[in-house]
Order: sequence, then C-alpha cells, then structure tokens
Amino acid sequence: INHIVHNGGLYKRPFNEAFEETPMLVAVLTYVGYGVLTLFGYLRDFMRQWKIEKCQNATEREEQKDFVPLYQDFENFYNRNLYMRIRDSWNRPICSVPGAKVDMMERVSHDYNWTFTYTGRVIKDIINMGSYNYLGFAQKAGACQEAAAKVLSQYGAGVCSTRQEMGNLDKHEELEKLVARFLGVESAMTYGMGFATNSMNIPALVGKGCLILSDELNHASLVLGARLSGATIRIFKHNNMQSLEKLLKDAIVHGQPRTRRPWKKILILVEGIYSMEGSIVRLPEVIALKKKYKSYLYLDEAHSIGALGPSGRGVVDYFGLSPEDVDVMMGTFTKSFGAAGGYIGGKKELIDYLRTYSHSAAYATSMSPPVVEQIIASMKCIMGEDGTTVGEARVQQLAENTRYFRRRLKEMGFIIYGNEDSPVVPLMLYMPAKIGAFGREMLKRNIGVVVVGFPATPIIESRARFCLSAAHTKEMLDTALKEINEVGDLLQLKYSRHRLVPLLDRPFDETTYEETED
Amino acid sequence: MDAKRSTLSYLYWLFCQFELITCSYLMEPWEKVLFYSFNLAMAGLLLYTAYICLAFHLTSALQLLWSFLGNPRENALSVVK
Repeated sequence: INHIVHNGGLYKRPFNEAFEETPMLVAVLTYVGYGVLTLFGYLRDFMRQWKIEKCQNATEREEQKDFVPLYQDFENFYNRNLYMRIRDSWNRPICSVPGAKVDMMERVSHDYNWTFTYTGRVIKDIINMGSYNYLGFAQKAGACQEAAAKVLSQYGAGVCSTRQEMGNLDKHEELEKLVARFLGVESAMTYGMGFATNSMNIPALVGKGCLILSDELNHASLVLGARLSGATIRIFKHNNMQSLEKLLKDAIVHGQPRTRRPWKKILILVEGIYSMEGSIVRLPEVIALKKKYKSYLYLDEAHSIGALGPSGRGVVDYFGLSPEDVDVMMGTFTKSFGAAGGYIGGKKELIDYLRTYSHSAAYATSMSPPVVEQIIASMKCIMGEDGTTVGEARVQQLAENTRYFRRRLKEMGFIIYGNEDSPVVPLMLYMPAKIGAFGREMLKRNIGVVVVGFPATPIIESRARFCLSAAHTKEMLDTALKEINEVGDLLQLKYSRHRLVPLLDRPFDETTYEETED
Repeated sequence: MDAKRSTLSYLYWLFCQFELITCSYLMEPWEKVLFYSFNLAMAGLLLYTAYICLAFHLTSALQLLWSFLGNPRENALSVVK
C-alpha cells in the first residue's frame, strides 16, 4: 500500500514513492553469482600472469614490472573479469536520430567481447527505451529542425571563442531571456555542456568556510563541483528530510569544526529527478527547511525540466511552488529539449556574478548556434508560443505514458523503484548474469534498453533503466511491455511480493535502525 | 509425447535458471566444463556420503527396533538396552 504523505499541508498532491526491499533469497543468490565470477576471475588472472593464456587487457611494460603495480585494485579486477564478459550491452553504435525508434549497427565478437567487428548489417527500427528523449524533440524533421538548419546556414557551426571574449552571440542573449521567462526567474545563463555547468559553477558559488549538504545519490558532476570548491561536504540520506534537518541543526549549533565560527554559507545540493532511482526530491520540505535554517538551495533539474509539471516547467511546477524559493535553478538542455548544454537561473545579481566569475564562462567555448536555435524552438513549442498546442500535448502524453507504463510493469510483478510520476523507470535485475542476458534478449526482440550495474549502482542492485518519451505511442509501449513480460518470465525477473514498504513517517531518531520497516 | 516435450523444455528452462544464477551463462566453454565437472564431482561425493551415512543409520536403527521387540541380537552392532 503506498503511503500518502500530507506533511502539514505542504504537498498539494499525493507523493507516491516506493523502493521495495530486495528479497533475501535473491540477495543471497546474487552474492553466489558474484562469488563464482570472482573465483573464475582469480583463475583467469593467474593464467594470464603465468602466460598460460594470452593477456588482452592493459598491463605494465616488462621494464615496469618491478614498480608499484597499476592494475591490481578492485576496479581493474572488476573491469577485466566481470565487465568484459557483458560489455556488448554498452557502447552500442547507433546510426540514426535517437527518436522513438532507432537504427543500430550490428556487431559481433569472436573473442568474448575483447574486440568487436561490424557485420555490416544495420538493425532497423529498434524501439528506443534508453534515450533521454522525454518530450520527443530528437527529430530529424519538423519545426525545430528547420529553424536549426536555417541558423546553421546563417551562423555556421563553430563559435571559436569563449563567452567573455568574442563568443557572445545575439542568439545567446535571446536564449537566456527565453530561459529566464520559461523558468519564472529574473535572469539565466547558459553553458555549452551540462556536466561543466555543475562542476564549474559550484566552485564559483561556494568556497572554503562554506558547508555543502549533498544528497547521497547526487550525480558525479555535483560531487565533482562540490569537491573542487574546497567547501566542507556532508552527506544526508537519499531524500530523507529528517537526516537533512539533523545535519542542518548540527551545522547551526556547532559551526565550523575547529574554530566554532558560523558557516559562511550553507548550500543544499539536490536533484529534481534522480536518474538511477527514479525518485523525485521532496521539494516542499526542502524549501521549508531551507527557510527555517537560512541556507541556500541548488536544484539540479537535469532530468525533470520539461518532463514534470502540468506545463513542463520542472519539479517546481510539479509541486506548485514559486521559483523564487529556489536560489539556484540549474538544468540541462540535453534531455527534454533535444540539444546539448546547461543553464543556471536565479536572481539577477547571482547571474551577473556568474557571468564574470564562472570558470565555464571564462574558459569554455560557448554554445554552437544551431544548438541554441534548437533549444529556442523547442522551448517556444513547450510554452505554446509557436502558435500550436504541440508542446502541451507532448507534456500530457509523457505523463500518460509514464503512468501507464509504470502501472503495467508493477502489475506484471517486477520490482520498480521510484516515484509514480517520474519518466525514469528502473527495473531491478540484481544478478550479474541477468544484466547481460536482459540486454541481449531485449536486443534480439528489437528493443534497446540501458542496463546498469556496478559502479553506477550498489553492487547487488543492478537494474535496467527505461526512459519514457512523449514520442512513444501506445502501440510501441504495448509491444515493449509484451516483450518485457516474455523476457521477465524467461529470466525469472518477477521478484515483487507486492509488499510495498510504506515510507517512514515518524521522526528519524536513534531507535530507527533502517529507513524502511515492515 | 507432448508431456515429454514439455517436461524436457521445463527441465531446460530450469537448467537456464541455474546457468543464470551461478553466472555460468557468462563463462567461456572451457570455464563451463571446469565449473560443471567440479559441481558434478561435489554432488557425487555428497550423494555417496549420504548413501553410506544413511545405510549405517538405517541398519542400526532397525536393529534397535528389533531388540525392543524382545529379540536381543548378539553382534557388534547391537545396542545395550
């Protein structure tokens, strides 16, 4: 039973999020599988070292054998003994636009995934359940594509300069005004790369003597930016408001570690949708905490902008809150707008400061003009300013697809993590052999999925992640669901015991040992 | 004939599940040979030990029962009442 949390009237709609616990038998068998693979890994390493088998991975040169060994840590062991066996599920080359259906080049490996050769055949019309194409703007025909082509013939493809030197085009100014209007903030700034937006701007905002409170499962770009800034980083449990409040209280009461002075700034780093879990941040509670303890909020809406909310304006719109409550709204154009790049939106003073002091503005090449035009065209489409209702229809289609797909998968008996409304759907696989088997079986049935294992997820919780799109029609979803059902029966993936653990509603104190209880 | 085919396919499916759980699905053929021969050797040893153990326990239990029924037996395996 999903527990509906109405926390003092902060939530205007029910917040249904569930993470079903791993069944004990499945966890034990997963460890058995990893144990067997580890033993065989040791055997193969032994054979490679004693030259019984040809060594095909990277090793040190003969002269360096007496130096400190380079490839003996767990990561390299995992890479050559476990990852190599299932490597054909990743880095698959596609040769068409990644829309709802995609073409893929077929490749085979004759030496167990160490090298690949292309057969020359192209597998056509694979249903694409892996691309971040939430609103279906990855198209090769249509209004956005025509506008981008026109700008390409007018401005060319390269900018050949940074924003601060000669790379500030009028197109960039137009885009930034449009982004600010879209988000409902005073001003916005755009950057050429989404990862660089996070990692290069957090160091400009906080420094030594500041405190960063970051969610457990934050993206690598946020972690990198936080570490580069030099501020003290403290981690709170994923989406757990009691843990965050405890950290905030400790920070205010105790101050900086040695000198006990108050922190210069406290910055809370959260994401709108967490892409590995499919969970949505509890934004009303975070904002209430931020106001109570006088800290700042940095919201990374990489996956949620365009994908959530009745008008597609992200997680702030989804909860019906005011954009003025979020101090720094960051997002990317890669996922819902079919382009590349990132933005930061907020008050005018903040953005003017970033224009001068951000590393990305000073050193990174600015965005390419056709990409800018694609974002302008798609954003106008979502806002409805191009005169059609295409944008609104797409936002609604995505919401419908999400609800339908998640409901059907749960009914079939799979363990699905995350919030009911998030278009990112992780399906739990757990066992290492099933990661490879799932990817291959789905490709045989003409469906492309992304499977994820260690180190992106905890070692026993490997999963397959589906990204829904407004471009998926109901027939495509039904075909995909039928195949997933078949593969689920073939590989025995229907672990769910329909015992959804309700979210912990009472305060998190010393007597609760686990976040979830039966 | 149909029942035989469906039991065979069910057994094959069970074997596939075993392959997936123990990750022998991912192994190269010579690794599979090594793994299965090790597993079969272990299973064989286990069955043999169970057989010996069971035979011993069954015979001694039966003799105890026989002695309770009033027929004391004179042999090395009899249990003193």
